[in-house]
Amino acid sequence: MYSRDIETMPEKKMKELQLERLKWSVRHAYDNVPFYKKKYDEAGFHPDQLKSLDDMRRVPFLTKQDMRDNYPYGLFAVPLNKVVRVHASSGTTGNATVVGYTKNDVEVFAEVVARSLSAYGATENDIIQVAYGYGLFTGGLGLHYGSEKLGAITVPVSGGNTPRQLMLFKDFGTTVFCSTPSYALNIADYIEKNMPDYRIEDTKLRIGVFGAEPWTEAMRNEIEKRLKIDAYDIYGLSEVIGPGVSCECSEKSGLHVFEDHFYVEIINPETGEVLPEGEEGEIVYTSLTKEAFPGIRYRSRDITRLYHDGCKCGRTLVKMDKVSGRSDDMLIIRGVNIFPSQVETVLMEIEGTEPHYQIIVDRQGSLDDIEVMVEVNEKIFSDEIKVMNTLSKKINDKFRSVLGINAKVTLVEPQTIPRSEGKAVRVVDRRNK
Amino acid sequence: MNVTQLSAFVANKPGHLQRVLRVLADENINIITLTIAETSDFGILRMIVNEPDRGYKALKDNNITCSTTDVLALEIDDTPGSLFNALDAFAQMELNIEYMYAFTEKRDGKAVMIFRFEDIESAKNALKEKGYNILRKIDIIGEDK
Repeated sequence: MYSRDIETMPEKKMKELQLERLKWSVRHAYDNVPFYKKKYDEAGFHPDQLKSLDDMRRVPFLTKQDMRDNYPYGLFAVPLNKVVRVHASSGTTGNATVVGYTKNDVEVFAEVVARSLSAYGATENDIIQVAYGYGLFTGGLGLHYGSEKLGAITVPVSGGNTPRQLMLFKDFGTTVFCSTPSYALNIADYIEKNMPDYRIEDTKLRIGVFGAEPWTEAMRNEIEKRLKIDAYDIYGLSEVIGPGVSCECSEKSGLHVFEDHFYVEIINPETGEVLPEGEEGEIVYTSLTKEAFPGIRYRSRDITRLYHDGCKCGRTLVKMDKVSGRSDDMLIIRGVNIFPSQVETVLMEIEGTEPHYQIIVDRQGSLDDIEVMVEVNEKIFSDEIKVMNTLSKKINDKFRSVLGINAKVTLVEPQTIPRSEGKAVRVVDRRNK
Repeated sequence: MNVTQLSAFVANKPGHLQRVLRVLADENINIITLTIAETSDFGILRMIVNEPDRGYKALKDNNITCSTTDVLALEIDDTPGSLFNALDAFAQMELNIEYMYAFTEKRDGKAVMIFRFEDIESAKNALKEKGYNILRKIDIIGEDK
């Protein structure tokens, strides 16, 4: 364990530490960012009223829109000459949002990523190939600094150029690989199609670190089987810090939140009301130590739940479920809520189908239509139409029984759905356009 | 006799069939006969080619989903009623034909029928019982006569 004292701290002691840091963080935001002062004054809240963790529910939320409205530096709480780095969110669901880091913030960021890598079993003896994009996106530099902090050899290859990634596995003796999960599958596909002589078993690869997209257990199994590695989830948001907000451990069930730096709550996304531990809802983050860009009660739109389960790994840090979807990504189709990850789960349960799919939502008249495109590979291809029709019907039946939707299943040629070297485009929504 | 059929998955869109044909053309593979089963979204192209294994590899290398299957080739007289008689053998044995197609080109008074069965051996036995000589190797690949 990278920071044993923190990671195994008794729950009660952690709560005391959190309260102490929360008081500082909320005041830091209030005193130094006009946005917070104005918002809190209007809501009749003052940092002095924060006497217990329970009082947090009185603090107004911070939303993505607030961040956009204050583009680019409006929410920074330190003079710009104290800021040493900026990142911007990928703007998956709107305009980019900008976040800043002081020297200390960069240090904390590296620390939480190093803790994560350590939780997956990586040490200073590893060779860590970082195939997240380097740039405004927090993935590349985040993993890079964390890997260096851990003391491992860091290979900053960045995303894309699959043949080179594969060459480096062999030549550099890479043991840990970091990328988006869809890119990991893209690599497995590439080997299968273009390099039949490349044996992944002959590389030293043993650990995969995947994040920046929601992914399912089925996808984990597929990646582990095809790349012969242990695959772990790393979770984060640039608005909070980047990857390393929480990480899986040896148990591969749930992610431990680094509570000494981030205070988490689960709320009902409709009412904003705080939900008790164990209930599913939207996760809300408050930074406890960040200097340049404090985020107080940031609404992530990510749906999960929080729980303590006396994890076998020995960490006492609260756990969150693997995020099933961002509420921004949630599709409402004829009144039914659907996350792309659920579509993926259904597809992966059908023998032979691959997680290459795309969901197209359109509106015909007043009704929403959903079409799921699935690539036909050799495993599911038949020369008989009736076999192919049975497959479509089977997928359709599964969607109906599991998700409650009637989706048109379209079988398409391989490589029809665009491959990602970053985030996969899973949903094309043609409504309101 | 058994012949190897090469099948490919093709989107039902302009240019997609041509893409498959181009791969085979570039590899100098000759198509002896073909049929397409179509749906609104895709078609299944079924072909008898002179070199099915090389054809399969070429398509696969070009990311075209394909497979090879054993089908039954039967030579019959190119005269009224001969197909009717041949099918009688299958009907009597209650063998379902999954699909079939034919070619007559370049064959003196003969036609070749291609049949797809779940169980090709039962189909061959049914023909034998009916007195069809199916052991004679029909030279349908690289026709020279």
